[in-house]
Amino acid sequence: MELIVVAVIVVVLVVFVIGGFNRLVTLRQRVKEAWSDIDVQLKRRHDLIPNLVETVKGYAAHERSTFEAVTNARAAAVAAGATASPQDRAQAENALSSTLRSLFAVAENYPQLQAVQEFKDLSENLTATEDKIAFARRFYNGNVRDYNTALMTFPTNLFASLLGFKAEQYFELADAADKELPQVKFS
Amino acid sequence: MSSSAPLTPTVNIYDAAAANRVRTVVLIVLFMAIVAAIAYVFGEYLAPGGGVALLPFAFAFSIGSSLVSYFAGDKLVLAQSQAKPLAEGEEKQLRNVVETLAIGLGIPTPAIYVIEDPAPNAFATGRDPKHASIAVTRGLLDKMDRTELEGVIAHELSHVGNRDIRVMLLVTVLVGTIALLSDGMLRSMFWGGGRRDRDRGSGGSLLFVVAIVLAILTPVIATLIQLAVSRQREYLADASGALLTRYPPGLASALKKIAADTEPLRVANKATASLYIANPLHDHNAFMDNLFNTHPPIQERIRRLEAMD
Repeated sequence: MELIVVAVIVVVLVVFVIGGFNRLVTLRQRVKEAWSDIDVQLKRRHDLIPNLVETVKGYAAHERSTFEAVTNARAAAVAAGATASPQDRAQAENALSSTLRSLFAVAENYPQLQAVQEFKDLSENLTATEDKIAFARRFYNGNVRDYNTALMTFPTNLFASLLGFKAEQYFELADAADKELPQVKFS
Repeated sequence: MSSSAPLTPTVNIYDAAAANRVRTVVLIVLFMAIVAAIAYVFGEYLAPGGGVALLPFAFAFSIGSSLVSYFAGDKLVLAQSQAKPLAEGEEKQLRNVVETLAIGLGIPTPAIYVIEDPAPNAFATGRDPKHASIAVTRGLLDKMDRTELEGVIAHELSHVGNRDIRVMLLVTVLVGTIALLSDGMLRSMFWGGGRRDRDRGSGGSLLFVVAIVLAILTPVIATLIQLAVSRQREYLADASGALLTRYPPGLASALKKIAADTEPLRVANKATASLYIANPLHDHNAFMDNLFNTHPPIQERIRRLEAMD
């Protein structure tokens, strides 16, 4: 009799652990997929920037310090993209965003530049990419939230760390104002 | 069937989405049960114990016709609506909005179609997010600003993300199946019922009445359920769309514009009407609105959106 009780308890526990494990694996996989969405859009942003800098250079060659700041920040963001954690990466991307803000502020001073089709296309693409980053980030953070919640709630929290599950980092861009940076208005 | 308890302003859009999801499942289960009930009663009527024997047949029948709509339904709907695929480089804003919001939902960008019609409307179809299409009318592109367009597209993408698009195609077929079944049942009873009734005595005649009532009522009930399901789905997609854009006023304003537009959508018909974001036919009268409309009253949808925060 006692043997049966023990066996039932063990079976129930094993079922719980297997269920919890599978759920965590699914959720962690979703976090990874969501992260790759962000990654694609960040890379796209990095790809757009050199052309943008070149285009602005053609009309505002003497704004050297602005170009250097953008180029350096981009290089740092690309480097962070290769290895860094979401947190460090977000930091590098935030820095890049603020240099882009100065670049567009500079561009505002050159009416001829505003009329150039290539510049228009590039800023439009960049704005669209920023939007996508914002939404990819939202999706990613939602998945991180679900995963971290599952990780920390009972009874999963009892065995999650033993099985090697760790909480994932949110991808935080500095603040709402920063996110809107490269919005360019043509008027 | 206003099983739709009004959303109080204190309910957030997460809860609204969850509650609507449950209601939708309940309605669909009910729907399957009706198919089984018809087959069972009819089977018992034909021969004692025959009800159980008919059940597999009923399910096989509905599954078989479901498969056809599963694999070809979206193509049929798009062709019937005269939707043309959006060429690369055209309507950049639309493409951007669709791509961006799809990323926000974590689904692949669906195929984008445009319907050349001045009435503002949109629908989504397909069998899963990987085989999904979204169609918008020219009127929608012309009349909506960006936040409104985002609201509409978010609503449609929610149908895709929630797997509504599959249910919408399948439910249409299931309703058709029920109508066919009960029609066949009614006919066979009309021609052969009297003789069997005499052979079997009073027990048979009671069953006969039940079967007749079922045969007459089920198509009506099934249709009502179909409409109720599609209305619940609209509320749900409104809620999830607002959750996606984090900006309920965008869709609310788009719905106001659509409500103000009185032009019927030429390419829509009764079968495809329930797919659109708002009833494209404009043929309903106020009295029948609650039971026989494919869509919830647009004013009620606007009110719910405005109650969200």
